[in-house]
Amino acid sequence: MSKQSWIKRWTLAAVAFGASLGQAVADKVSTFALDNGMQVVVIEDHRAPVVVHMVWYKIGAADESPGHSGIAHFLEHLMFQGTKDVPPEQFSKIVAAQGGSDNAFTTPDYTAYFQRVAADRLDLVMTMEADRMHNLTLSQNDVDTERNVILDERTERTDSDPASLLGEQMSAAQYMNHPYGIPVIGWRHEIEGLSRQDALDFYHANYAPNNAILIVAGDVSPQDVLDLAKKHYGPIPPSDKIHDRIRPTEPPQLAERRLVLADERVAQPYVARSYLAAERNSGDQKEAAALTMLAQLLGGNRATSVLARALEFDQKVATYTEASYDGVSLDQTTFGLAVVPADGVTLDQVEKAMDAVLDQFLKTGVDAAEFARIKAQVKAEQIYSADNTQGLAHRYGMALASGLTVQDVQAWPDVLQAVTAEEVMAEAKKVLDRRQAVTGWLQTEGAAQ
Amino acid sequence: MMVRALALMGTLICLALPLRAEVAIQEVTSPGGIKAWLVENHDIPFTALNIRFKGGTSLDAAGKRGAVNLMTALIEEGAGDLDSQAFAAARDGMAAEFGFASDSDGVSVSARFLTDTSAQATDLLHLALTKPRFDAEAIERVRGQVLQNIASSAKDPGTIASDLLSKAAFGDHPYGSSGDGTADSVQALTRDDLLAAYHGALARDRIYVAAAGDISAADLGLMLDKLLGDLPATGAPQPADVALTAKGDVTQQSFPGPQSTISFYQGGIKFEDPDYFAATILNEILGGNGFSSRLMDQVREKRGLTYGIDTSLAAYDHAALLAGSVATSNEKAAETMQVIRDVWADVAKNGVTQKEVDDTKTYLTGAYPLRFDGNKRIASILVGMQMLGLPVTYPAERNAKVQAVTLADVNRVAAKVLTPDKLTFVVVGDAVGVTAGN
Repeated sequence: MSKQSWIKRWTLAAVAFGASLGQAVADKVSTFALDNGMQVVVIEDHRAPVVVHMVWYKIGAADESPGHSGIAHFLEHLMFQGTKDVPPEQFSKIVAAQGGSDNAFTTPDYTAYFQRVAADRLDLVMTMEADRMHNLTLSQNDVDTERNVILDERTERTDSDPASLLGEQMSAAQYMNHPYGIPVIGWRHEIEGLSRQDALDFYHANYAPNNAILIVAGDVSPQDVLDLAKKHYGPIPPSDKIHDRIRPTEPPQLAERRLVLADERVAQPYVARSYLAAERNSGDQKEAAALTMLAQLLGGNRATSVLARALEFDQKVATYTEASYDGVSLDQTTFGLAVVPADGVTLDQVEKAMDAVLDQFLKTGVDAAEFARIKAQVKAEQIYSADNTQGLAHRYGMALASGLTVQDVQAWPDVLQAVTAEEVMAEAKKVLDRRQAVTGWLQTEGAAQ
Repeated sequence: MMVRALALMGTLICLALPLRAEVAIQEVTSPGGIKAWLVENHDIPFTALNIRFKGGTSLDAAGKRGAVNLMTALIEEGAGDLDSQAFAAARDGMAAEFGFASDSDGVSVSARFLTDTSAQATDLLHLALTKPRFDAEAIERVRGQVLQNIASSAKDPGTIASDLLSKAAFGDHPYGSSGDGTADSVQALTRDDLLAAYHGALARDRIYVAAAGDISAADLGLMLDKLLGDLPATGAPQPADVALTAKGDVTQQSFPGPQSTISFYQGGIKFEDPDYFAATILNEILGGNGFSSRLMDQVREKRGLTYGIDTSLAAYDHAALLAGSVATSNEKAAETMQVIRDVWADVAKNGVTQKEVDDTKTYLTGAYPLRFDGNKRIASILVGMQMLGLPVTYPAERNAKVQAVTLADVNRVAAKVLTPDKLTFVVVGDAVGVTAGN
């Protein structure tokens, strides 16, 4: 077990540099659009006879109607319940029978389904994925069983984990009006009320080729993929119900929100802080790039980042520090900090120490040597990321389902590289505003702080 | 619609041909005599390197539990003239990545470095492996992290269950306790203890090496001599094999919350056993590949008792077990355990079906070639193969070994290996009515 692994349980993975692709890789990306509006992206990697096939729907938990939290995720589960041609629960078994693996996931902004199979079995998985885009059948019994599975999933992943509960409470406090404040899995009392009809309504309103992105990555030729896509997805009619996603926006945030979650199951108290932050926008990624570099400077390196240096090495008041930011988001996202106090240090003390370090950083500015090292890593990441085709496919999918374009994804490394120290500091001053922040303490029940 | 359904199944049958993993492995021996496996690929200008030292946390000396774990965590905390921060800066300045980890059978070192800085990266990694500083400041800082980790584990139901299972199965053997050590044992470790752990664990008589990426066999040989040539020739003696204990009882530890974490195990089968592949197929059918196993079918799909259940054949260097885990609500724990026992007894007595064996063989043979994508994954797999004593031809031959297993083999192994009365449970949570069911 790594020495800091436990904290990953409460925070979404701190994506270091987001999508970053080298020219060598960018050259192997082809894009198409089908007549029915479905976007197609092909990423070639011929090193192994493997293909990853993904369909991303531009619909997520933040698009649910009030009172129906969890319906996007519930439908994701129910998409494995079958069609007229593929019996219930058989989808994954058919993929597994070919040696493949498949899964799906739901986020606030999108819902994605993917399979990883031998390259010569692309036709099969595409047949089945296209089939369930418009032919889903649901029995009442399957819906009832799956609802229990999801309630168990919520129990296991959220209700049994105080760190997850704190994260959920902090998001709810961070977003006063935007639906990002509602958990993807849903509030328990609302999950309990989700019906078969709710799932079918959500499916018919949102699952259509003109609301979907097809990503195929691996040992394939773009022309073959296009031919297959035309054959399987081409005949599915577009929906006239798909519209731009306009969600409620945040009012001015004028006061910091502070939470304490005390739970007897907590072994390791910590302080977490999230600030409302700008996201990457198509053709306009500079602000997000500066925030990405800011997160790296503050908490990217376990030994040399601003927070680690001050709190772990110099003052020894913390055993773990983190700064996280992922700009891939349809709407306003968050910039996160977390600090684990050393033995004998209170949450109040470690939080004050963290804020003092931030104040000092705003005065002294960017360490030029650290900034240069981060830029070297950004450059290298373009090379390393080419080793993981599924990861590349994922990056394109996330970006395209979050309002970005292929051009934005390919421009991102250069946008990061062009960030100046002055731009980082301007963003730091803007984002590190306690009035737009939520501070959460996770502590053991009954602990005096 | 029946017609289309049949057509689809027809497609499946046509496609269900076993693939062979086509990965060209070179056996490399450095001028200094260090052996390694290499998959050369010059598409992307970097190399992934994986080094494993056999032994790991099981080499902890008596009373020094946690020494190898803490020592491994300190390798990247300064070496030679460089303290922790200077080492991190040097590594990041050339955008190299080093990882150091330990488990009960080994200490592993993984690295990725760019082709144009490979010489400097080799020098830096060499410094870490041969001249770690173990500065007092770093020891105390990392010790604090490890102690917090131990405290967190003590409140994590999954870790509690896994520790209880290890204790029940392996007793006083190193496998019977967490390699992290206890708060007391870690608190007591001295710098000398860490130096002793370092000298015992990192030696040339226990090295396995693999590389994949933008490097030639000749260059890899030179690199390995530079990197590993001056490590000591021998290290600490390896631990003995351990006989597994599985009494078929239930151990419960209370834990607050609505859910119980249940681990279960019995004796397994070692990789060298001629029945290993039949047992692999059996495990897949029982609880292996998630969505299509007997347990997943009975526990999740038929009854909605859990989000997931799985089993695995764990073949350690010195023991083997067949183990599984599931989390379920407290009131459904007893029912879940009974379903598991019933499935176990049914498969032991009645075996599995020809279709299950065929499907599993198609799955295993189809999945195998998919593992070898990416330099990082290949380097890691190749080290694992060497530790099992496999030849470089294994990837090409492995699927034929799976194909050779018959239904009769699987059922014979099911009757021999599955011992429902020895299926031992650990329950962490406030489940009620959980008792031994035999």
